[in-house]
Amino acid sequence: MSAAAPLPGRLDEIVEAFTDLPRDVKLELLLDYANRLPPLPERYAANRDSLERVHECQTPFFVATEVEDGHVRLHFDAPDESPTTRGFAGILHAGLDGEPPDDVLAVPADFSARLGLNEAVSPLRLRGIAAILGVVQRQVRTQTRQSPVSTQH
Amino acid sequence: MSAAADTAEALQDYAHPERLVTTEWLAEHLDDPDVVVAESDEDVLLYETGHIPGAVKIDWHSDLNDPVARDYVDAESFARLMAAKGISRDTTIVFYGDNFNWWAAYALWVTSLFGHPDARLLDGGRQKWIAEGRELTTDLPRPGPAHYPQVERNDTRIRAFRDEVLAHARGGGRLVDVRSPGEYSGELLHMPDYPQEGALRGGHIPGASNVPWKTAANEDGTFKDAAELRRIYLEELGLGGPNEIVAYCRIGERSSHTWFVLTHLLGLERVRNYDGSWVEWGNAVGVPIERPGQPVRPPL
Repeated sequence: MSAAAPLPGRLDEIVEAFTDLPRDVKLELLLDYANRLPPLPERYAANRDSLERVHECQTPFFVATEVEDGHVRLHFDAPDESPTTRGFAGILHAGLDGEPPDDVLAVPADFSARLGLNEAVSPLRLRGIAAILGVVQRQVRTQTRQSPVSTQH
Repeated sequence: MSAAADTAEALQDYAHPERLVTTEWLAEHLDDPDVVVAESDEDVLLYETGHIPGAVKIDWHSDLNDPVARDYVDAESFARLMAAKGISRDTTIVFYGDNFNWWAAYALWVTSLFGHPDARLLDGGRQKWIAEGRELTTDLPRPGPAHYPQVERNDTRIRAFRDEVLAHARGGGRLVDVRSPGEYSGELLHMPDYPQEGALRGGHIPGASNVPWKTAANEDGTFKDAAELRRIYLEELGLGGPNEIVAYCRIGERSSHTWFVLTHLLGLERVRNYDGSWVEWGNAVGVPIERPGQPVRPPL
């Protein structure tokens, strides 16, 4: 892989933690992130219709993004039977929650490739994380009224 | 030695009842040294969150597929995998998994390519086991040493390749497209909610009948009873007789479910799964495609 620009927020640290782990340990770490995904705040939990569904995920998955005082707040909801999707959401939450909008928007669409999970998780399953990121970035853009840098995939 | 078949009355009307086990049977055979339970899921982490006590994990992608070629593992890798999971050639393997046993059926089908004599499905899969409040554990099993011989994969009997499918379609052979109606008609280039497994062209293989895989399943994850399956596939669809049938979907997992139904529950003897499926066909240059109300292009 060519030398890539550093990732915003805490994503670089997370990517580094995944790098060079044996396959089984990578999966354990991903499961840790799934377990650490915070539950939805009550205002959303009581009203899931206010969340946006990510259709690219193989399981029901919902996202709500808030921009408050220059910080992005991320809220995710995915069923317990979908730990991989929850794990992806957990990585994005741990890496980006509380960061400034510009940093969230600066995450490249293919950042999941840097997690080195292709072998452990399969490229097919990894596409879900790009889709979640895409929805988060679009919501942030809408709330900060920025035009998309590029929508081309 | 393989384990005795499940004699539950509900299974006995199927053509090969010995290919299914009920949750009750499995609960009583968890300590049976002749049985290895294997979980195969769509979600690669689900097993780690809790699985049937003693069950090993077999991942469709990383364990059964070759890491480079788009193909299954070879005899050596398969033998190594089986031995590592504590499976010998005479072990009874009981597969189960999430999502109506799609991946469990797929793993069973791949195992059948290697001619493993006794591979069964847990009727109702993970869903039914959990719904009945049965035990799950996160303890990882420590499979005892096992020896598995290197057996060449036989791709000629239950697997179909693109050129064979093309010849089959040209000869007017029966094809069962188990995808959703929208995928079959070509309105959708992917399964609903699965756009990452898309193709460049939509439609179906000329002459294919559309019978979505779920037609064979009850809501609790079990298979429909034998009389109902006979009515759907043999009477209404007219499958049966000595002719070959090819089933396909998008990457071959949903059609493994239907392959299992046609082969083991209905006893049809010449059913092949086209695992290249629509991801291959809908991306291949120049193969004929049919859409409802339109002539096949290019002509067969």
